[in-house]
Amino acid sequence: MAILEVINVTKQFGGLTAVSDLSISIADKAIYSVIGPNGAGKTTLFNCATGFYRVTSGDIVLDGDSLVGLRPDVIARRGISRTYQNIRLFQNLTAVENVLVGHHPRMSAGWFGAVFNTPHTRQEEKEALGKARELLQFVGLNGVDKELAKNLPYGAQRRLEIARALASEPKLLFLDEPTAGMNPSETSGMTEFIKQLRDTLGITILLIEHDMRVVMQISDLISVLDYGKKIAEGTPDEIRNNPRVIEAYLGRGAATQHEAQAA
Amino acid sequence: MKEESPFTYRDALQFGLIAGILVIFISLVGMVVAFNERYIVAQTITLGQIIVFLPPLTLGYYGARRAKGRQGSKGLLMSLLLGLVAGAVVAGFVILGTSVNLRTVFINAAPKLFDVLTFGRESAAAAALWAIAGGGLLAVLGGVFTLLSSWLRRALVMAITSVVLIGILQELLNITFGSRNWFKPVNEFFFEQKGLSWTGAIVIFVVTVLISVWRTFYGDRPAKAMSRMSPQSQRSIQIGSLVLGGIILLLVPRFLGPYPSEILTTVGIYIIMGLGLNIVVGYAGLLDLGYVAFFAIGAYTMGILTTVGKLSTMEWSFWLALPAAVLLALMAGIILGIPVLKMRGDYLAIVTLGFGEIIRIVVLSDWLKPSIGGAQGILQIPKAHIGGYEFKGPEQVYYLVLFGIALVAFVAWRLRDARLGRAWKAVREDEDVAEAMGIHLVNTKLMAFATGAAFAGLSGAIFAAKLGSIFPHSFNLIVSINVLSLIIVGGIGSLPGVVAGAFILVGMPELLREFADYRMLMYGALLVVMMLVKPEGFVPEATHQREFHEDEEEIEADSLAAETS
Repeated sequence: MAILEVINVTKQFGGLTAVSDLSISIADKAIYSVIGPNGAGKTTLFNCATGFYRVTSGDIVLDGDSLVGLRPDVIARRGISRTYQNIRLFQNLTAVENVLVGHHPRMSAGWFGAVFNTPHTRQEEKEALGKARELLQFVGLNGVDKELAKNLPYGAQRRLEIARALASEPKLLFLDEPTAGMNPSETSGMTEFIKQLRDTLGITILLIEHDMRVVMQISDLISVLDYGKKIAEGTPDEIRNNPRVIEAYLGRGAATQHEAQAA
Repeated sequence: MKEESPFTYRDALQFGLIAGILVIFISLVGMVVAFNERYIVAQTITLGQIIVFLPPLTLGYYGARRAKGRQGSKGLLMSLLLGLVAGAVVAGFVILGTSVNLRTVFINAAPKLFDVLTFGRESAAAAALWAIAGGGLLAVLGGVFTLLSSWLRRALVMAITSVVLIGILQELLNITFGSRNWFKPVNEFFFEQKGLSWTGAIVIFVVTVLISVWRTFYGDRPAKAMSRMSPQSQRSIQIGSLVLGGIILLLVPRFLGPYPSEILTTVGIYIIMGLGLNIVVGYAGLLDLGYVAFFAIGAYTMGILTTVGKLSTMEWSFWLALPAAVLLALMAGIILGIPVLKMRGDYLAIVTLGFGEIIRIVVLSDWLKPSIGGAQGILQIPKAHIGGYEFKGPEQVYYLVLFGIALVAFVAWRLRDARLGRAWKAVREDEDVAEAMGIHLVNTKLMAFATGAAFAGLSGAIFAAKLGSIFPHSFNLIVSINVLSLIIVGGIGSLPGVVAGAFILVGMPELLREFADYRMLMYGALLVVMMLVKPEGFVPEATHQREFHEDEEEIEADSLAAETS
């Protein structure tokens, strides 16, 4: 059953069409990857689905409800969470505070609850803190609770960003190039970790990634975008041998050569 | 601070020139002569002389510190060079000033000034030599400080500072305790007619050094001793010290008398406002330059509702009008908040600035004059009462202010560590991401505006009841700027910082009333120096402290990285 459906979505910025008539359907508990050259519209797709951009036309449906026109914070409450291509942590907050902010939509204490420190607030804070620590441990960040986010090493920041995203208890997690800037061993660690996210937490993952090894290794299904259009969709094996994909990535010459080799 | 390049002779020259020009500047604006009236140590040294010594001394220190990075001995040489240059600049100024009449342009370049700068030396040549030698000496002295170990340096700086501070406070102490019996012998021991006595100065100096040294080497003992105790006794000690602090705070006006209490209430009113603006600017990162508007709304609401003068309407009591004032300010905060929600940074600052001015102009206008008095303001605002107790003079209003601070500080402290406080900080750090994390931006920002405005309203209401009459000119832009400055000086986002900032920026100028002309100048200088030397403020939040003293990382590079994929 599809958890997220993108139906004929087009997004234009003035005269520029970033995403054009795109339809994808993501199955529950799948790892779905979107690949494509720079400027293909992958991040734009993320921004449309998380409510930062309003689609020009088309519909995006989560669990049967349309997300079009909803504010980002409402969409977050509905169960979509994301990370960013260039890490965007709350730099001057500690690691544990970052995760607690992620948990914000699942908490309810307001002004009065905070000022009078009601039993409900106390209970909620205690639980949230426990959960945040648990999540930090889950992503492999031990003993850095009180460290400012900006002072963490790069790989740890990536993990912290994922912990923050998980803290909102999402059904669907968008990962925007989670292995960008990592060395091969960090990359394979992250690949394993993403798989584990789906397997142990049962979260559906929409992944944008440039590293082909990562994509081919963990994806259930892959879509290839080029100039905002979907040029191919299929399993890793199908995509690997699709001439249009090779063309988009390596140019026409390479594609014909590949065909010749195949023949 | 950023990586420092090696200190060359050119830098020394530059530092010397800066020190010299600084001395000339403070001379020409008249500070030297004005401050020369105040003796710090009787018949020996005046405040005017101290501020003349300060530039070569501090720049000598910084020069030596930077030069020391390469070679130990070179530091002092650099200081000497720097000091000689500074002295030469001042010498040139003295020669020029004594031979040519500069007064047509610089009215402060009077003979009296040159008397101070030359320490009474008659001939220009001798004076010039003295200036050069003095500059060199002072700068080397500053340089020597770099050679001391840090505990000794800290002790000496503390000791000198406290001697100067107590010297400045002489008059205030006289006013405050003049009538007490115990004060006379103490006064005679420490002070002469003008300034500290030598014995007094030495005693203060030695005592401060001892205290500082004790704190460096044994300062952690009480904390250590406490950590060895059981949680219960730790807790009871904490509660005990809180209670003790509370009792001391309650006894302060009785002990100090009216004038210092008056200063404290003024400081307190700014503390309440500071705590409010700290939520808006420090936590939520929304730069509000029109904050005085809410203070005015609080004050005017109190005025209109309680006055028994010719504008009287309700003639409510203070306690009935207080919630109304707070509520109205809170609503004004929301009303201002709604249109500016989409704005960020500079745009927000400009719009709020405009809002502050609108309120002031509306209050001044003829249009509302029949109900709020226009430029004549509102008179005959009754004092607050509890039963038969009247908050009449500063000694009584003090308690009202103390109550206000306690209330507001408690709320601010609770909110800071709660879900709402985290949401504010997240919005401050990155609005878009905060929203993507499920934070309702509109509500979160409005809460910050409303809370901040309510605090200002409370402050304004107390202010109105304290003065008994209010006029539009009390609600100038300068109030907003003062409040913002005190937050920055204290340490943005820090609650104790607000208190420290208010004492430094509002309390200190009150003590130096006779130098009111230079208030703004000192303010500005203090802010600039703070931003260069201690950008995180005097009492920073723990996290901010780390932030500023960590080497800057590639956040810039990160944020510059293109968003496209």
